[in-house]
Amino acid sequence: MDILYENLARFEIGNVVMILIGCLLIYLAIGKEMEPSLLLPMGFGTILVNIPLSDALVGPISELYHAGIANELFPLLLFIGIGAMIDFGPLLSNPKLMLFGAAAQFGIFFTLCMASMFFPEIDAASIAIIGAADGPTSIAVANTLGSKYVGAITVAAYSYMALVPIIQPPVIKLLTTKKERLIRMPYEQKSVSKLTRILFPIIITIVASAIIPQATALIGFLMFGNLIRECGVLDSLSDTAQKVLANLITIFLGISVAFNMTAAQFLKLDTLLILGLGLVAFIVDTAGGVLFAKFLNLFMKKKINPMIGAAGISAFPMSGRIVHKMGLKEDPQNFLLMHSIGVNVSGQIASVIAGGIILNFFS
Amino acid sequence: MILLSNVAETTPVESAPQMFFEPANFISMLYYMGIGMLVIFVIIGIIILSTMVINKMFSKKKDT
Repeated sequence: MDILYENLARFEIGNVVMILIGCLLIYLAIGKEMEPSLLLPMGFGTILVNIPLSDALVGPISELYHAGIANELFPLLLFIGIGAMIDFGPLLSNPKLMLFGAAAQFGIFFTLCMASMFFPEIDAASIAIIGAADGPTSIAVANTLGSKYVGAITVAAYSYMALVPIIQPPVIKLLTTKKERLIRMPYEQKSVSKLTRILFPIIITIVASAIIPQATALIGFLMFGNLIRECGVLDSLSDTAQKVLANLITIFLGISVAFNMTAAQFLKLDTLLILGLGLVAFIVDTAGGVLFAKFLNLFMKKKINPMIGAAGISAFPMSGRIVHKMGLKEDPQNFLLMHSIGVNVSGQIASVIAGGIILNFFS
Repeated sequence: MILLSNVAETTPVESAPQMFFEPANFISMLYYMGIGMLVIFVIIGIIILSTMVINKMFSKKKDT
């Protein structure tokens, strides 16, 4: 009986709060279907590491963290799977859409300025990358920079990605008029040769890596996955990367990120501020894309529906779908999907480049 | 005791709070904002041009 009391007495209020947070993450994953593949392992991992004297923390979770997250291996391997999932077809038929992906990274740099008022440079840069709206990029950048807020940054990045359907529509509506939201953009199907699809990931890797060498691993693994998909001779590998590899890494990534979710690390005022700054990043990203589209409309004969600019935040494919749905809500005959998905995949590329730029500045 | 020492070694160590409030930092970081956005647009611009070129060069092979 003494052992029972002794062990229970080790529970502190911080442990209990973190276990409740773990349960909340599991609830959001299952009950609300918010990024369940990541939030569920993360939630369960949070419970495991907050049991006093947990042998899960000192054993497997610590080992997994050092084997796969501390050296950025898991996020990079996940990028192979993500690259294999992405169809750059809509983007290749209209490459100009990539400009919106670039514009929508504004939130990252704005948040960098905001966060620098409260945190040292390294942590501010890591927090800013939440605006990449891309979990693996956020984890990789925060880890490379050695931020101690990896746990909070990961939670913020994945939570807001799941909350994109709630965050983006009000911002888009606020910045656009009904007339602008009604702009139709007929989609002209253009043929894209297989050679173009094969050359595209190679060119992106060479161009981006030559200018920002710190982005080589991030962009290279993403484009490697895409090359496996598009080359046409590695269907089996492409299938494995999209399903088995991505799923396996997601499980390991989710549960080992919990290494940073101990009460001592997470229950701080800093965490609340990081969550707030993450929200700012997503809002300003969205605004950046929309306002850039409005700016371009000043000079274009053929007007762009500014809502597609909002899809420039990475959060793929939710953001593209939201813009499409908003377009249909305004006008049931206005199909923006191909444009918004094109912008959305360009956001994926631009966010990785932004991650590399942040690393270039601060690592 | 061995278990306790392991926990102490492996658990992320809580460091002293480093938060502060320094509004002037916002201004000093504007430099990174300007350069960062410029570099993104330059890289994306090069990628757009390259894509247009390869689209033009290989557009006859209509595989999809």
